[in-house]
Amino acid sequence: MASTILEMRDITKTFPGVKALSNVNLSVEEGEIHAVVGENGAGKSTLMKVLSGVYPSGTYDGEIIYRGDECHFKGIHDSERRGIVIIHQELALVPMLSIAENIFLGNEHARYGVIDWNANETRTSALLKKVGLKEDPKTLITNIGVGKQQLVEIAKALSKEVQLLILDEPTASLSEKDSQALLDLLLEFKRQGITSILISHKLNEINRVADKVTIIRDGRTIETLPKKDISEDRIITSMVGRSLDDRYPSREPEIGETVLEVKNWSVYHPIHAERQVIKDIDINVRKGEVVGIAGLMGAGRTEFAMSLFGRSYGRRITGEVLLKGKPIDVSSVSKAVEHGIAYVTEDRKTYGLNLIDHIKHNITLANLPGVSRHSVIDDMRELAVANDYKAKTTIRSSSVYQMTGNLSGGNQQKVVLSKWLFANPEVLILDEPTRGIDVGAKYEIYTIVARLASEGKAIIVISSEMPELLGITDRIYVMNEGRIVGEMAASDASQEKIMRAIVRGEGKAS
Amino acid sequence: MSTESAPVPKSGVAEDVQQGPRVAVSALVTNLREYGLILALIAIMVFFQFTTSGTLFKPVNLSNLVQQNSFIIVMALGMLLVIVSGHIDLSVGSVAGFIGALAAMMMVIWPLGPFSNPLVVSIICLIVGGAIGAAQGYWIAYHRIPSFIVTLAGMLIFRGICQALLGGGSSVGPLPVGFKALSSGFIPDVIGSLTLIPPVVNAAGKTIVGSGLTLHMTTIVIGIIAVLSYAYFGLRARRSRERHGYEAEPFTLFVVKTLVTSALALFLVYQFATYRGLPIVLVVMGVLIALFVFITKRMTVGRRIYAMGGNAKAAQLSGIKTERLTLMVFINMGVLSALGGLIIAARLGQAVPAAGLGSELDVIAAVFIGGASAMGGVGQVIGAVVGGFIMGVMNNGMSIMGVNVDWQQVVKGLVLLGAVVFDVYNKNKA
Repeated sequence: MASTILEMRDITKTFPGVKALSNVNLSVEEGEIHAVVGENGAGKSTLMKVLSGVYPSGTYDGEIIYRGDECHFKGIHDSERRGIVIIHQELALVPMLSIAENIFLGNEHARYGVIDWNANETRTSALLKKVGLKEDPKTLITNIGVGKQQLVEIAKALSKEVQLLILDEPTASLSEKDSQALLDLLLEFKRQGITSILISHKLNEINRVADKVTIIRDGRTIETLPKKDISEDRIITSMVGRSLDDRYPSREPEIGETVLEVKNWSVYHPIHAERQVIKDIDINVRKGEVVGIAGLMGAGRTEFAMSLFGRSYGRRITGEVLLKGKPIDVSSVSKAVEHGIAYVTEDRKTYGLNLIDHIKHNITLANLPGVSRHSVIDDMRELAVANDYKAKTTIRSSSVYQMTGNLSGGNQQKVVLSKWLFANPEVLILDEPTRGIDVGAKYEIYTIVARLASEGKAIIVISSEMPELLGITDRIYVMNEGRIVGEMAASDASQEKIMRAIVRGEGKAS
Repeated sequence: MSTESAPVPKSGVAEDVQQGPRVAVSALVTNLREYGLILALIAIMVFFQFTTSGTLFKPVNLSNLVQQNSFIIVMALGMLLVIVSGHIDLSVGSVAGFIGALAAMMMVIWPLGPFSNPLVVSIICLIVGGAIGAAQGYWIAYHRIPSFIVTLAGMLIFRGICQALLGGGSSVGPLPVGFKALSSGFIPDVIGSLTLIPPVVNAAGKTIVGSGLTLHMTTIVIGIIAVLSYAYFGLRARRSRERHGYEAEPFTLFVVKTLVTSALALFLVYQFATYRGLPIVLVVMGVLIALFVFITKRMTVGRRIYAMGGNAKAAQLSGIKTERLTLMVFINMGVLSALGGLIIAARLGQAVPAAGLGSELDVIAAVFIGGASAMGGVGQVIGAVVGGFIMGVMNNGMSIMGVNVDWQQVVKGLVLLGAVVFDVYNKNKA
């Protein structure tokens, strides 16, 4: 029986307004591959940031015991000195520097500040050999693919004499082949005695490499399973098994004729021209209906919605869009808006709001003609509209002259929603409408969605939170790797069914 | 999830703090940047009034001040939109120089017959300016080439063409009198002048100081009309707010603001009236300022420019055609640069190779002193105008004081840095 290398006890981490982790326990043994699974937002990444010192000691409660010592990491440097290295989901490489420069960035072999390039490159070659990457150390990061970049990150970790390697969804953006290679590498490291923590929600990967799996849900440890007990069913049940109380307003759907129909929709990646992101999607939504699109992060849901909304994402977009049976042109945002389509973004700060302007100006932006005559804005009409929507969507602020940048997430979301409601669309696409907002505000958003449906709007909700989809939609499409892999009435659907569709679909895609 | 219900009331309280009587205070605070700037301008003017022993406010000097700085302010109007939309234009000085040279060649050298008429030439020059703006804006808007680079290239190109057009180091002139009126002319006195105090000559044959006061009555009438309509529109906006059931700013604040502004305006108008009346270029500038205030405050296109500068992606996803809008902003800048070039040429009475050299920096400085953000999305027309006047008064005052040109630059640089530091400090505190 190997010894315990890491013990995290009763870790509790609070952000303003949200308790991200509450009394999480994690125990990792020397030399094992320990998988951590959970839904998006369950707290996996937060836990790893606590461990690596990104959130320094003192900003959380609980103890970290590593190799028998209680550790108080003040920053990532402290944990790296002890051999704990984390590789984040978003790679932290500098694209215009070479592989060697990246591996030894901040840690260069140098004397009096003058870099010894030969030493760096020799060591880089040795490291690249270890991770099985055949590239010149002088190659720029930008010229190699994501899979190889991942290997460079691992080589960088090795250069720091890693003893505990943490990988945060390392295969999320890798092809099947690259993923396999990466997993093989982990197994190889295991033989060399390096302990790994693998964060993933791809169950087939976990089945293949993990010795143990810890399941986290809503910031709590649910259970830790040894290898012999790891099964798809067990993991799925633990991942999603929460109670569905009255967190969703009830409504009586009155569903009419088909409003929007999308046929054979295909989209290619804007930069990697050969990569098809969206593959022949067919969906439809009817009057008064709330349709959900379920899937994991990276399934292509946002890309699909944005490509539909005035080609705001992707290249070589093909397919047909029908509004009430007639083909329409949605090749620009203004055309899509004219045809009554609105898209409420998942990333309200980057794509939704002008944060340095106030609520009033944000609400009317998508429909300025609605408050102006001959291109001259009627200030009083605009003010009335803003106050009207402020009341309708229960935006809490001192006045409509408050900067949107100073609002809470929930109120910001309501401003974005108001903007699109004022544009008076027939089809409303809501992308992660409740991401990062508190429970009270979530309920208010659900109420607005229900009211809009009863007013006869056709609504598409994209969400990674399955209970939310089950709670507010009438019908659910399941999407994975750019395809629709399932469709079910919300009344027949369950989180297990959705997860099953996703997991089954995983292997099929190329 | 039980813990998540706690923060809901907390955030509600935090956002409600500003309500009630504090609205008045916050209205004052939000406008402090604008008022503060105007107060700074007044303070600087009073300072130079003393250090120049009263020369600054002399009618003849006020006319000079306007004629020397109007081109900066005209170009600053365009630059404000460029900077608000998140860009920069370094080429305006060179474009102004080039247009001045083009105008001079068309009026003086080239045998164009009726097309060498100053009015025709001016119109053609404004169109050429717009075309230059379009050519630069095209690369910026549709090919996403950074505006800094495109206009840096433009700065080199148009200075070069300007010099080539004038044939090396020579200047071209003199320009027709009708054209020079754009800068050095005064509006005609259609009403007739009013002699308040007839000139009195003493025994030695000299005019007694304080006698001989004649007023340019057209100027006085225009000034009074302008002040009255300013007060009227202010009052009307207040009424409209109240009628719709919204709180307007406190009445005393409104009255004080209107009275102070009107008194200042009437004082300046009176000074002009005792000399030769309103300079034509001041009238042109005034009309343009009013137009750009209207565009930025009231028109949809203005609102869209601010939205684009604040968050281009969000603006695009709200259906705003950001490429076309960027192009329009640069076309506008080109036209105003051309007008600036015509004003410079008219003031000098000839086209010189160095016309407008370095003025892009004064124009950009005026906009930043006026409170615009280098990140885009923030800035006011009035701010840019006041910023332009601050630069102008400092130039003028220091010249009268006999401060060396080298040190003038040092002082202007420090004022620019100080204004922006003050702005950033204020923002961080808020």
